[in-house]
Amino acid sequence: MSPPRHSGATAMVLWLVSLLACIGIISRTHFTTDLSAFLPRSPTPEQQLLMDQIRDGLASRLILVGIEGADAPTRARLSREIAQRLRADHAFLNVNNGEPVNAERDRMFLFNNRYLLSPAVVPARFSVEGLHAALSESIDLLASPAGLLVKSMLPRDPTGEMVQLLDQFDHGTHPKQVEGVWASRDGSRALMLLQTRAAGSDTDAQQGAMAAIRQAFDHAPGATPSAKLVMTGPGVFSVTSRDSIKHQVTRLSLISLALIATLLWFVYRSFSALVLGLLPVMSGVLAGIAAVSLGFGTVHGITLGFGTALIGEAVDYSIYLFVQSEQNSADRQDWIKRFWPTIRLGVLTSIFGFASLLLSGFPGLAQLGLYAMAGLIAAATVTRFVLPSLLPANFRIHDVSAIGLALSRAVQGAAVLRWPAAIVLLAACAIVVDHRASLWNANIASLSPVSQADVELDTRLRADMGAPDVRYLVVVSGANQESVLRASEHVSARLQTLVEQGELAGFESPSRYLPSVATQHARQHSLPARAVLETRLAQAVEGLPVDARRFVPFLDDVDAARNRPLLQAADLKQTSMAMAVDALLIQQQRQWRALLPLTAPEGGSIDAAQIRAALSTMPDVWFVDMKAESDRLYSGYLHEAIVLSLGGLVAIIALLWAVFRSPLRVLRIIAPLAAAVITVTAGLSLFGQQLIILHLVGLLLVIAVGSNYALFFDRPDPRVPIPPRTLVSMLFANLTTVAGFGLLALSNVSILQAMGVTVAPGVILALVYSTIFARRADA
Amino acid sequence: MSRFGPSRSRFCALAGLVLLCQTGHAAPLSIAQLMASLAKQPQGTATFTEKKTISILDQPVESSGELLFIAPAHLEKRTLKPRPETMVLDGDTLTLERGRRKRVLQIRDYPEVGGMIESIRATLAGDRKALERVYHLALSGDLEDWTLILTPLDARVGAIIARIRIAGAGDAVRSIEILQPDGDRSLMTIEKLTPR
Repeated sequence: MSPPRHSGATAMVLWLVSLLACIGIISRTHFTTDLSAFLPRSPTPEQQLLMDQIRDGLASRLILVGIEGADAPTRARLSREIAQRLRADHAFLNVNNGEPVNAERDRMFLFNNRYLLSPAVVPARFSVEGLHAALSESIDLLASPAGLLVKSMLPRDPTGEMVQLLDQFDHGTHPKQVEGVWASRDGSRALMLLQTRAAGSDTDAQQGAMAAIRQAFDHAPGATPSAKLVMTGPGVFSVTSRDSIKHQVTRLSLISLALIATLLWFVYRSFSALVLGLLPVMSGVLAGIAAVSLGFGTVHGITLGFGTALIGEAVDYSIYLFVQSEQNSADRQDWIKRFWPTIRLGVLTSIFGFASLLLSGFPGLAQLGLYAMAGLIAAATVTRFVLPSLLPANFRIHDVSAIGLALSRAVQGAAVLRWPAAIVLLAACAIVVDHRASLWNANIASLSPVSQADVELDTRLRADMGAPDVRYLVVVSGANQESVLRASEHVSARLQTLVEQGELAGFESPSRYLPSVATQHARQHSLPARAVLETRLAQAVEGLPVDARRFVPFLDDVDAARNRPLLQAADLKQTSMAMAVDALLIQQQRQWRALLPLTAPEGGSIDAAQIRAALSTMPDVWFVDMKAESDRLYSGYLHEAIVLSLGGLVAIIALLWAVFRSPLRVLRIIAPLAAAVITVTAGLSLFGQQLIILHLVGLLLVIAVGSNYALFFDRPDPRVPIPPRTLVSMLFANLTTVAGFGLLALSNVSILQAMGVTVAPGVILALVYSTIFARRADA
Repeated sequence: MSRFGPSRSRFCALAGLVLLCQTGHAAPLSIAQLMASLAKQPQGTATFTEKKTISILDQPVESSGELLFIAPAHLEKRTLKPRPETMVLDGDTLTLERGRRKRVLQIRDYPEVGGMIESIRATLAGDRKALERVYHLALSGDLEDWTLILTPLDARVGAIIARIRIAGAGDAVRSIEILQPDGDRSLMTIEKLTPR
């Protein structure tokens, strides 16, 4: 056996083993589509909070359900039936449809613990003057329409602590009720608000919860075909976007594979060539996914979508091999000598470009970088070392010399287009400069894979529900539950001042439902001994139309409250308040954290500077605007990605310089690529597309793919014409890339679409510019 | 045209006259006739005085203010004394405002309060159906001086309202007296009408 044959066999074995290993790795890989790809790898405290909230915060666990169609009584009946079934389901922490299921228990809890919970309980409240004032207030209240609510409580609660608590807990943001259950403002839809036990980021559990809701709806005794179920919420978004990415990636992969296979069939007219030509692609895809899985632990759906498109590029290598080499195996050895160095340089150029993405703090981007590098290396290596030995001795593809000759003539004539091309390029530069301010979209929502229709449904349901958007938070951290509760109480006092000034509509605090031990103690100590209270009460009723003897139940209750054990978190179980405390009081390893969501005044907004100023003297307390924080996070990424891409460009230039040692040659290779990038950017701007991070990745791909064209057109001696076969191979390589990426442009997942609309026109332009500006014999 | 005062509109006067002519001067008034007469006015404003006699208090508490009704479902009670306070019932939503505090309730969640307010609103609206959902109705007197007695059907409402006695003349409601099972009473006198 000759040495090359032997090395071919070794390569084959290595290849097969690697393929098996990749398949093994991929079969254990976890695929995600949630926002985790957009969360930073080394977050600041604010970002960490943002991430926690996105992953498993209160808002992440909410599912909003709407029942549409049929008539109002049917919708209400369905709402009750679904709620009843789901309340028994362990997957849901809370199922609320407006029925007062917890109301009685909540009222009992508040009433029984009023002296520990009411912020009005201070020593002065139980002095003679304090009692007199509180009693007068209660008597006035009796005269009011609300008097009916308090009359029966008066003998036990003459100071009106229960009224205090109800005032504090009722925020007046309940949805409208129709037929006894929540409904949209126009009454056309019944509404439910569910809280899942699982975190919003647990997509499988969210999918299970959605299925349970759907099942409860389908199997409700009152089910009717005219009623329709709609759902929204962060978890629902994760599930639907995972489904839609999965669906689109599968569909686009199949279509692009079919398109590319058709194209290749047209060139090769040979089934074996077709199959063999796809081997490097498949190897590249498998290697890419396996590498990402090894490097990141999980693979994001976007990465897979990107892989789909990369098929179009990886297939180029086999096209170059098949089309450029002559028709026998000796020629293929010759191809390896003549063309491989150029292709290897093209691959290296791409890898240098993508390597910069690996440094990104944005895991989504780093994944794409790793995927592209591993995929391209694998595809090129398989083409170089495995494919030649796999080709049968009589392997031939369809004769493409006629196309080649036609292309040669076209290339000869392309120089005529230099001036028009220069004008187009100049115009593109002008457009880019003109649009520079609005070129980039710094809104993180632009990355969301959620469709516009789903966003609109979400907005409608949220508006109907008055659901919390949890945008503004005050966060308190500390070493234990008691310290964060105490700090929350201090923060609450300052926030209350802002509420009274009208700066805030309101706020929530876990300390409202579970006061700190210190505060509970203090309140307990504010309660006088029975005999003292009795004397003071007798004096306090002077001048009031009441008899102190009526308040024996009050004396009993206060006496009991003085000696009862303090409230624990466990005492809240089975009340609606438990949910609030669970969501707002969080233990993380050794750290405790309390969240105090703020509500902006109606029609107004929250002045962040003012809130920060009010809280500035408190340690371990900070104010977070989640929306601003996430936008800042994303614009940070965007900025970083731009810098890294420029770094990649510098690396590519350095590589070309190291190989050619000629500034002019480097310039000739880079110029058509830069021209393509500028023209595509201008085109996108012109069509009103603001660039997101994935457009940037697309531009990098344009450089990676285009560098092959530019390298083929680059030759030391311009008098040597480019072989017609090479031109044919470039044309088909270009067409397959356009087919692969062009399909992404049709996707309605914005991030996939962004790559598609950038790469497809970009690679065409790169080829055209490379042709037009190629060195001429007469130049 | 005021819902609370004696008939002022020519149309209503005419309607009253027709009724009188048809039934004879002292003939008893039917619930249907009373409701039809009450239902004719789209809105009205008035002032009220309310006196509550509550057993735990040695003296009755008094409050006064203004009433506004817009058919079919909007009722506002603006108390001016002893403390400014507003109660607005619009559809099923009850909004109570007192000082800076504002509470929004669904009357379905509070059938006792809901029953009481609904009795006033449905009477003003001449909405017999709404009244009969909650109460048994008994009417006495003639159109010039009628008394409508409402007795709760529902035990939950009955726990807090023993009976409501509404007195009026023509299409004007003059007083609403609420008697509670524990003997507590409130008497709202709708004293002065303010024609719009």
